[in-house]
Amino acid sequence: MRLHIKNGFLIDPKNKRDGRFDLVICDGCVEDVLPPGQKVAEADIIDVSGLIVSPGFIDLHTHLREPGFEYKETIQTGTRAAAAGGFTSVCCMANTYPVNDNASVTQDILKIAQESGCVNVYPIGAVTVGLKGERLTPMGELKEAGCVALSDDGQTIANSQVMRLAMEYAKSFSLPIISHAIDPVLAGEGVMNEGLTSTRLGLLGIPHAAEDMMIARDIYLAKLTGASLHIAHLSTREGVNLIKRAKEEGVAVTAEVTPHHLTLTDQAVGDYNTSAKMAPPLRNSEDQEALIEGVKSGIIDAIATDHAPHGVMDKEIEFDQAASGVIGLETALSILLQLFENKSLSINRIIELLTVNPARIAGLKRGSLEKGAMADLVIFNPKEEWEIDPSKFYSKSRNSPFTGMKVRGVVTHTFVSGKRVL
Amino acid sequence: MQLKRKDLLGIEELNREEIELILETARSFQEVSGREIKKVPALRGKTVVNLFFEDSTRTRISFEIAAKRLSADLLTITKSGSSVAKGETLLDTARNLEALGANLIVCRHRASGAPHWLARNLHASVINAGDGSHEHPSQALLDLLTVADRKKRMDGLQVAIVGDIAHSRVARSNIYAFSKMGAQVRVVGPATMIPRGIENFGVRGQCPQVFYDLGNGIQDCDVIMMLRIQQERIIWTPFSSLTEYSRFYGLNREILKRAKEDVIVMHPGPVNRGIELEPEVADGPHSVILDQVANGVAVRMAILYLLSGHS
Amino acid sequence: MKPVLDAEEIKQAIQKIAREILEEEELLEKVVLVGITTRGVPLSQRVGALLKEAKGIEVPAGVLDMTLYRDDLSRLSTHPVVRRTEIPFSIDGKSVFLLDDVLYTGRTIRGALNALFDLGRPDRVGLAVLVDRGGREIPIEAGIVGIHVEAKKEENVVVKLKETDGEEGVFIE
Repeated sequence: MRLHIKNGFLIDPKNKRDGRFDLVICDGCVEDVLPPGQKVAEADIIDVSGLIVSPGFIDLHTHLREPGFEYKETIQTGTRAAAAGGFTSVCCMANTYPVNDNASVTQDILKIAQESGCVNVYPIGAVTVGLKGERLTPMGELKEAGCVALSDDGQTIANSQVMRLAMEYAKSFSLPIISHAIDPVLAGEGVMNEGLTSTRLGLLGIPHAAEDMMIARDIYLAKLTGASLHIAHLSTREGVNLIKRAKEEGVAVTAEVTPHHLTLTDQAVGDYNTSAKMAPPLRNSEDQEALIEGVKSGIIDAIATDHAPHGVMDKEIEFDQAASGVIGLETALSILLQLFENKSLSINRIIELLTVNPARIAGLKRGSLEKGAMADLVIFNPKEEWEIDPSKFYSKSRNSPFTGMKVRGVVTHTFVSGKRVL
Repeated sequence: MQLKRKDLLGIEELNREEIELILETARSFQEVSGREIKKVPALRGKTVVNLFFEDSTRTRISFEIAAKRLSADLLTITKSGSSVAKGETLLDTARNLEALGANLIVCRHRASGAPHWLARNLHASVINAGDGSHEHPSQALLDLLTVADRKKRMDGLQVAIVGDIAHSRVARSNIYAFSKMGAQVRVVGPATMIPRGIENFGVRGQCPQVFYDLGNGIQDCDVIMMLRIQQERIIWTPFSSLTEYSRFYGLNREILKRAKEDVIVMHPGPVNRGIELEPEVADGPHSVILDQVANGVAVRMAILYLLSGHS
Repeated sequence: MKPVLDAEEIKQAIQKIAREILEEEELLEKVVLVGITTRGVPLSQRVGALLKEAKGIEVPAGVLDMTLYRDDLSRLSTHPVVRRTEIPFSIDGKSVFLLDDVLYTGRTIRGALNALFDLGRPDRVGLAVLVDRGGREIPIEAGIVGIHVEAKKEENVVVKLKETDGEEGVFIE
């Protein structure tokens, strides 16, 4: 079966394509990329005039919650949410129950994904056993089983010796370490950004320094060990500066930022909105501007959702008791398009950070649409308006800080390996 | 002027007119408390529930007396500790109370924002009787009434709040209250007790001035409000020892001379005598601590009365 | 608004009230005046002045706010402002004259009586009103009436006094 996707506007940053091109898809791959107006024999035609065609998005940072927390999300619902948001690959974090700290859990995840998932699932293995920050996981076996990176996300590896050894060990298996960098002691019992808003609300704050000093530590350790370090969910201005300096010095460091940190500040906590509680917390407008600048200048490599579904019983409670995290797969594109509309970022840049760059960081042969590439692609209407209503989401959870917002950008088609999943 | 609100969650949300209405109403209730028969039928048939998830004898009793003097039916539920956080949640409890016919729920909770969350989810009026380190509006209103009765004016008064501002809901509510009424507020304490952003907190143009030195902080002040050292809400000890704290930040007769001659000394109670307040100051001529207690009932009657009108 | 009484007629009505109080309590020994907020208060002051003129005796006068005793409080969407009750003397054993501007349904007086009896136990309570417009809903009558006015149910009898309104007159609207 051959598919001719015609009249669309193709943006494919890796191949520097940005214009009217038709795609021919056959046997799960891109068979050809054609200038518009050409006839393709024996093909079903999908006319996508007025829509943008892009490589499918790749999320480096997703919590699918299965196994263990199926009331929050399952691989089935999480991957459907991904498809709805234009993501064709998700890298799922290890903080499940049991923790993905050994090959059998990784194999389970991949098996479930095979059976019930509708996009590519790439597990991320734990760095330490049980995310306890003590003993290293069998990183070689994790890689063999299919893990593409390692992270104790949700926990910081506070012990610098453990982190050093982890980096060295991971390097032996060519796996990057994704660091959730927040000093747990300095962050203490903090539940939001420390500043005027936390003082106003009487909530304990997490100072910027808690994140900055941990990023700095990890950069020094990456320099020491030569390992590949990826900083997850960057939230501070100083964090951007640290990454910039490290890159200039040639340290193998990359960084991601979330759509919510790019567009919101701690004021979104409003009157104790637990859907605006996450780690690291939303910071202030100076940080937000620096993050956008970091994306623009290339200091920040990837945009990742940190899709963190939580049930009502995790969120509909007192703010300081509520779980951290927000869902993001189904809103990421529209939220990022706001940055395009207000001229902060180009659409090509946004797509670059959602496709080719995360593919490179996780070592995936996806994220581009040249001849012969896997036919993972998303087609969306950047102009169409909709109102964010999590009750209509594919995700099981509703904890979005963007609820009620009117945005643009609707995904009309998602293809994974040539197969339409939305 | 009427109070068109379902809930009283903080002073932040009140404007000056609303504050004045509450104070004026409280003055009317001061008279009721002075009568032989200290009871009026205004809230007959209404049910007030005191929902106290954190121990507080004073505030609870004050609200109880206020409700009783207004002839409301009163129910007091006290649960302390963490049993509330998990299991039967706060909201469950409150919804049950509402199903039983509660009209006004007076809520004290260790978590900042807990009453806001209740208010969003209930039809009943919610009165914040202190939430975490956030606000304690009835305390600030009774403090205002006490100062207004003594000083007869608010504009231009110099008010120093001394102690652990970072963890104090009384401080936050009073910064809003006094600056909205035109007074100039200072906050005094070691830097570990002064929260980030305080210099931009409250009413624009009237944000608190910060002092780390007690003498300078109370220099020429009309009002000094001493906060209680709340050991239970402090996670890291923000000072070296109680002895040192009391030496540098405790109010004694000697240092009090730096304030105005007619300064009044306030404390939300219960006083740690010998720590934040020298006993001679706590019980001395400048102290209005017992006026605060008496005014507490009148202010809480006013709050219950004004909020119970909502349909 | 249709005028019913002018300033002069109000004056005469108040004089009538003072006269009738003196007829009832010639020596004024135990008499105290209690004005019901708002316009009962200037009335009680004016009556007090007339009594002083006549007998040279300063009759104690107080202010009673009966808002908290209203029978419709639980039906109101926002509660009315509570004014201060100021009766700085004991009413035990006294002959209390309640004063109000208009007697209509009788409900205000019902509340005022309850409020009064929470303050003490007078020997006797009299009621004096400037205007009785009829239309009672409960069995309460004033012993002393300045003037009777005929008004329909849909009409409103408005009393204006200098102290509270800046002008004098009784109107029907």
